[in-house]
Amino acid sequence: MAMVQPRNLQYRVWAARIVMIALLCLIMFPFLMIISVSFRTGNFATGSLIPDNPSLEHWAMVLGIPYETADGNIIQPTFPVLTWLWNSIKVSLTTSALILMLSTTGAYAFARLRFRLKNHLLTSMMILQMFPAVLALVAFHAFFNKLGGVVPWLGLNTHSALVMSYLGGITMHIWLIKGYFESIDVALEESAYIDGATPWQAFRHILLPLSVPILAVVFVLSFIGVIGEYPIASVLLQGVDKLTLAVGVKQFLYAQNYLWGDFAAAAILTGMPITLVFLMAQRYLVNGLTAGGVKG
Amino acid sequence: MALPANAESMATRDDYANKTVEKIMTISANVRTLLSGNGPKWALVALIDLALLYVVFLLYAQGEMLFPLTLLVLGSVGTWVFTSKGGYCYRYVYPCLLGIIMFIVFPLVYTFSISFTNYGSANILSLERVKEIHLDKQVKTGDQVYRLALYQDNDQYQLQLTDKNDSENIYTSEAFTLDGQAKEVTAQPDTSAQGQRLSMRDIVKQRTALGEITVNLNGNTRLVMSSLREFAAMAPQYREEADNVLVDIHTGESIRPDMVTGFYVNVDGEQIAPGFSVYVGGENYQLLLEDKGIREPFFKIFVWTLVFSALSVTLCGIIGLLLANLMQWEPLKERGIYRVLLILPYAVPAFISILIFKGLFNQNFGEINMILEGLFGIEPEWMTNPTFARMMILIVNTWLGYPYMMIVCMGLLKAILDDLYEASAIDGANPIHNLLFITLPSLAKPMAPILIASFAFNFNNFVLIDLLTAGGPMRPGTSIEAGFTDLLVNFTFRTAFVAGQDFGLASAIATMIFLIVGFISWVNLRATRSSQEY
Repeated sequence: MAMVQPRNLQYRVWAARIVMIALLCLIMFPFLMIISVSFRTGNFATGSLIPDNPSLEHWAMVLGIPYETADGNIIQPTFPVLTWLWNSIKVSLTTSALILMLSTTGAYAFARLRFRLKNHLLTSMMILQMFPAVLALVAFHAFFNKLGGVVPWLGLNTHSALVMSYLGGITMHIWLIKGYFESIDVALEESAYIDGATPWQAFRHILLPLSVPILAVVFVLSFIGVIGEYPIASVLLQGVDKLTLAVGVKQFLYAQNYLWGDFAAAAILTGMPITLVFLMAQRYLVNGLTAGGVKG
Repeated sequence: MALPANAESMATRDDYANKTVEKIMTISANVRTLLSGNGPKWALVALIDLALLYVVFLLYAQGEMLFPLTLLVLGSVGTWVFTSKGGYCYRYVYPCLLGIIMFIVFPLVYTFSISFTNYGSANILSLERVKEIHLDKQVKTGDQVYRLALYQDNDQYQLQLTDKNDSENIYTSEAFTLDGQAKEVTAQPDTSAQGQRLSMRDIVKQRTALGEITVNLNGNTRLVMSSLREFAAMAPQYREEADNVLVDIHTGESIRPDMVTGFYVNVDGEQIAPGFSVYVGGENYQLLLEDKGIREPFFKIFVWTLVFSALSVTLCGIIGLLLANLMQWEPLKERGIYRVLLILPYAVPAFISILIFKGLFNQNFGEINMILEGLFGIEPEWMTNPTFARMMILIVNTWLGYPYMMIVCMGLLKAILDDLYEASAIDGANPIHNLLFITLPSLAKPMAPILIASFAFNFNNFVLIDLLTAGGPMRPGTSIEAGFTDLLVNFTFRTAFVAGQDFGLASAIATMIFLIVGFISWVNLRATRSSQEY
């Protein structure tokens, strides 16, 4: 608490409050609107923020329940939204787990071990990760197309190929974990070495248990990154049942077949769990991001 | 630059430390027993190597060179790292490097090599494959023509073929089903077919399925349907001669591969599809620099990409910084709630919020235009007018990007000593003085690398543009499609996958983008280093 307070503090607080509320209205507008749209009747309905005659048709649609309209027609669900959600979660969880394994071991080596080319490797990794995956799509497509001819479960239109293609994007995670490892006192591991532990044991039984917070941050960050990834998935996956959410949800909004209401319901249904995970992990994420940010 | 560590996590860390020290005691007893027993490791390495060799061999058998070679090199390096003592330190680095090499370096090299070829939808195959396609081509020889009769017995069919020149010469096929699948049936000299002979009308119905049937006469001549009434003998059209030249068996005319255009050409120089990919040298780069229809949109898109990235970083940075200041201001008691709500745009997956904005900005029934119409009587053409489209993109990107800047600024603001603000308050400074003379100078150094990284991210912000406008509205008068809101990545993506499918040209653009962005991040690294050295 500052010791010196200006006299007109109360007015300033109220001014700030009004500005904040106005700003929040602007920022929250899309979210409120999409909730409203998901309860409106029909796909082209416009109207006030609170729907005039609310309907659950869009929600039935995305949950895969056939919906009966007022005039007796039964509308079948258009897209397997829940399958997409499951695909997304499956791919994201596997990828995040693998990324965590790869980046913790890598970060350990960069933070603690001494080997040739260490700094050069780090620099080139930082530069290489700037090559956008979108531009590597031709290569990804060709690679998995050919690999699929030999190992079918790693071919195009498989989730394992998608997971593999995400494993290149680990540099930022290595960087984050490395920064955290460096903040832990080396003395702990050194005492283990004196007792005859190998580097692996020092890593597994000392460093890892101490780094759980940053590991959680990296897991959540990569989970969010993968679940929202869209270009690679759109090229590697083709079958409707194989799509991830990020690719599938777009199909609601084709110009010829504009299902605005269904999209709204699907967006809330699928955005909600991801948003909740993020908000729950928020405190750790903020610390992780700033620590990583400061270190570059 | 060090941040005050979070008090809670410090406490838990100390707890962990105490527990771990206890653990170490018990571990050290077990260390020696764990060290022995390398047998399973060797078995595992051998097993992985065998599987890898198998895949490499199969890929090589398919006529690939680059893929199996990469796998072979990575596999042998991996074997060395995990079996030799000298490679011990690399055991920790190898797995993550493997991911980076396979899915960043390899695609990069592959893209770079494609940029010197004419690989694209018209020239997608290899020369060997195109030659095979030509050699597989069958033409009707005309010397053996048979009239057909089709017999049906439930779902079993039989073909009876009568030689057109010799009506005594009759063959009957074995029974088969007509399910539209390509299949080969054998026929013997015989006249006894089972079931009922079908009329012409029924044969017409089965025409497509019959077209898939190849009849093998006595195991030497192969017939396919040549008209509704006839089956005729087929023979390959070409035979191969030296240097991949193909000669038409029936006309004697020869076609040869043209290694410049990537097509087989006949004597008159006509191209025969499909094409194959050939090395074209720097032609794609030359196109980018010299063809007016490509160079002009490329340059304009490059400029817009720079403007977009710079504006995005500036807007997000300013808003993020101001909000972060407000969030640290203690008299504002309820700021915890504001903070969670302000982070929300960052928490919702971008692909969802961008699509929500796409609907809200819809010109005809989007809510934003309805509100603007009601309040000010205007209806901006967000999707068709280039200026409005660009404004929309900046609005949406600012909405998406300011929370990250806010989070980072909040962390950095904590590190500024309160005494500075105390002192300035005593001297009678107002908040604007504080911002300009205390906050900004202290943030400038640590923020620089973050701003540059964010610039590089926006430079390649493919998803935003692709989901919101897909690059539109389109620029008129360009030889490849280019839009007013296209970023370089979107332009490349469209060139490669949507319009024209010119992978060679797209790869050339991709290579240039990588050089630009690589340079930016190199500068960023230098900046980071210098900010840490004081």
